[in-house]
Amino acid sequence: MKLKSILAAGAVVAVAGAALPAAAQSMVETITDRGELNCGVSTGLAGFSNPDSEGNWTGLDVDVCKAIAAAILGDADAVSYTPATAQQRFTILQSGEVDLLSRNTTWTLTRDTSLGLHFAPITFYDGQGFMVPRELGVTSALELDGAAVCVQPGTTTELNLADYFRANGMEFEPVVIEQLDEVNAAYFSGRCDVYTTDASGLASIRSTVAENPEDHMILPELISKEPLGPAVRQGDDEFFNIVKWVVYALIEAEEYGITSENVDDMRENSDNPGVQRLLGASAGMGENLGLSEDWAYNAIKQVGNYGEIFERNVGVDTPLGLERGYNDLWTRGGLMYAMPVR
Amino acid sequence: MTDQTLHRTVQHAARTGGDSPVVQPPSTKTGVIGWLRANLFSTWYNSLATLILLYILAKLVPGIIDWLFISAVWSHTEPEVCRAADGACWAFIHEKYRLILFGTYPFDEQWRPTLAVLLYLVLLLASCNRAFWKPWLGVAWVVLLAVIGTLMYGGIFGLTQVPTTRWGGLPLTLMLASFALAIGFPLGILMALGRRSDLPIVRMLSVAYIELIRGVPLITVLFMASVMLPLFLPQGVSINNLLRAQIGIILFASAYLAEVVRGGLQAIPKGQYEAADSIGLGYWQKTRLIILPQALRISIPPLVNTFIGLFKDTSLVIIVGLFDLVGAAKAALTDPSWRGFYRESYFFIAMIYFVFCFSMSKYSQHLEKKLNVGTRR
Repeated sequence: MKLKSILAAGAVVAVAGAALPAAAQSMVETITDRGELNCGVSTGLAGFSNPDSEGNWTGLDVDVCKAIAAAILGDADAVSYTPATAQQRFTILQSGEVDLLSRNTTWTLTRDTSLGLHFAPITFYDGQGFMVPRELGVTSALELDGAAVCVQPGTTTELNLADYFRANGMEFEPVVIEQLDEVNAAYFSGRCDVYTTDASGLASIRSTVAENPEDHMILPELISKEPLGPAVRQGDDEFFNIVKWVVYALIEAEEYGITSENVDDMRENSDNPGVQRLLGASAGMGENLGLSEDWAYNAIKQVGNYGEIFERNVGVDTPLGLERGYNDLWTRGGLMYAMPVR
Repeated sequence: MTDQTLHRTVQHAARTGGDSPVVQPPSTKTGVIGWLRANLFSTWYNSLATLILLYILAKLVPGIIDWLFISAVWSHTEPEVCRAADGACWAFIHEKYRLILFGTYPFDEQWRPTLAVLLYLVLLLASCNRAFWKPWLGVAWVVLLAVIGTLMYGGIFGLTQVPTTRWGGLPLTLMLASFALAIGFPLGILMALGRRSDLPIVRMLSVAYIELIRGVPLITVLFMASVMLPLFLPQGVSINNLLRAQIGIILFASAYLAEVVRGGLQAIPKGQYEAADSIGLGYWQKTRLIILPQALRISIPPLVNTFIGLFKDTSLVIIVGLFDLVGAAKAALTDPSWRGFYRESYFFIAMIYFVFCFSMSKYSQHLEKKLNVGTRR
């Protein structure tokens, strides 16, 4: 009885207080009326979404939110962030608490279908990798035959490791340790030759635990796929299109060499029709998306192209120190390939 | 040495001492040595325990003091300086204390939660004084909560609006705990009375409620409130995440407090009920004037125990994505430049929790003494 009446009271308060986005209104209209994009982020993942010392959200996932807000509203700061745990993230998206989930979420078939999500293009290709001491002289995972490998048990990491070595006809000696701190200690004290976990995790361990990060290198091969990208609810294709094309625009901008610094110059002076279309110097693209023509210009001007976002948050000059690797442009051997804006 | 032998020794001293009529007790019985003998080395096994504990302390304390103070980095520097040092990195706290204390609340507006917490603490301290236990105190609390709510949320009086998703840190922890107690306590009293009621439906509902909530962990209640509830609501209707977590904690608190109060109710002798009946008091008069004052007084120690437990349990809201004190401390650790300073971060919030919990504990002892003057044994 108590429970019900309290919940009912709460519901009444909440309904009276705010939130009744009408079903008839499209997502873009809702966001424009609100003047803010509601973005679901993690509760703190270094380099992807974490609050800085002043409580402002920063990171690669956060910059994706900012770029979308800049494209729709013209202001990269018009974002309201809702931190969500791994369990909550799909609920807050489904229930409409957030418009967009940009929270290092792996795109899988199940999530795409049964959870009713649409995944926008991948913003970070993660996967299980290997770290070795530089003095070992190894440059490829295929040279690891017979190595002692430090790994945490009970995760897919362990299975992927066994699969990879078997598939390549190599032997290895697993050093299985439960506690993360102890695995770190085991690797850095030389009990094993190789450390394996997600590549972004390896990078942060190298930058924070290693006495001299330069002494260790992360091998280029990734042996599992963890494509991370923003996701939206199914049912509003217009908004989905915008999210999709903003991400493409960030990548396309890097392809054209447009940065937050030279974007004004490029818009004024570039003769490249692709650049003109992207930055709205020749009209049409914004109209197709239902946005103003400077949608991509705003996103690039205020947030930067994909390369800038990557380097600023997780790149080699940050404490995480990640190489571009798979996240490099397709023209440089990576997987970042934007569909043409035309 | 027994009293008898002591007596004999004194007599002996008196006989042989001669010139001084007042004989001092032997030096082994007074002063530092006497205290040591009486408290630390009274028997061989106590001596052994003392020595072992001294050994452990001697092993641990210098290391801890060295880490906390001597080798610690006190100045505000770069993380690299800290990593090179052996001791604690208080520069981390210096850099992050505002994030830990206020979460992601807008930086320039943080005077608002600061003021809110100060106002709250002032009224809390005032409420500890029994001379102020008058009806106006209740009014003062309602006014204060309205002021705090306005300060935190804003939107009027030229204050910018700050949505609850940005609230965090100490104000959030205090808010969750205070509302859990302020609403959960009266609810709990009602449940406890309901459980002992003669009306079968009221009794059954109370029992069902208490047992249901006590039968599941708080983490489950929070998950239900945060993850399941939104799916049951019609599309487009959403209850604020913070409100959902708060309601979950209130429900949880009330069930536990109900059982504590019921313990107090059961300790009241039947004669008290009968005496109240015999002078013609109705149920509510009897409860309010005779039963509850005695029952609650008996229940102070377990009540405070539950309060302290609840205060710390609020840290579980971290699993529903709220940045309370613990959540904010963890979030502070995810800054790429400042990763790895776990000890400093957790030590800092442990101190804050300790101050609050220890004060609660001390105040309850004080209150017990004051209220139990008549029945103290």
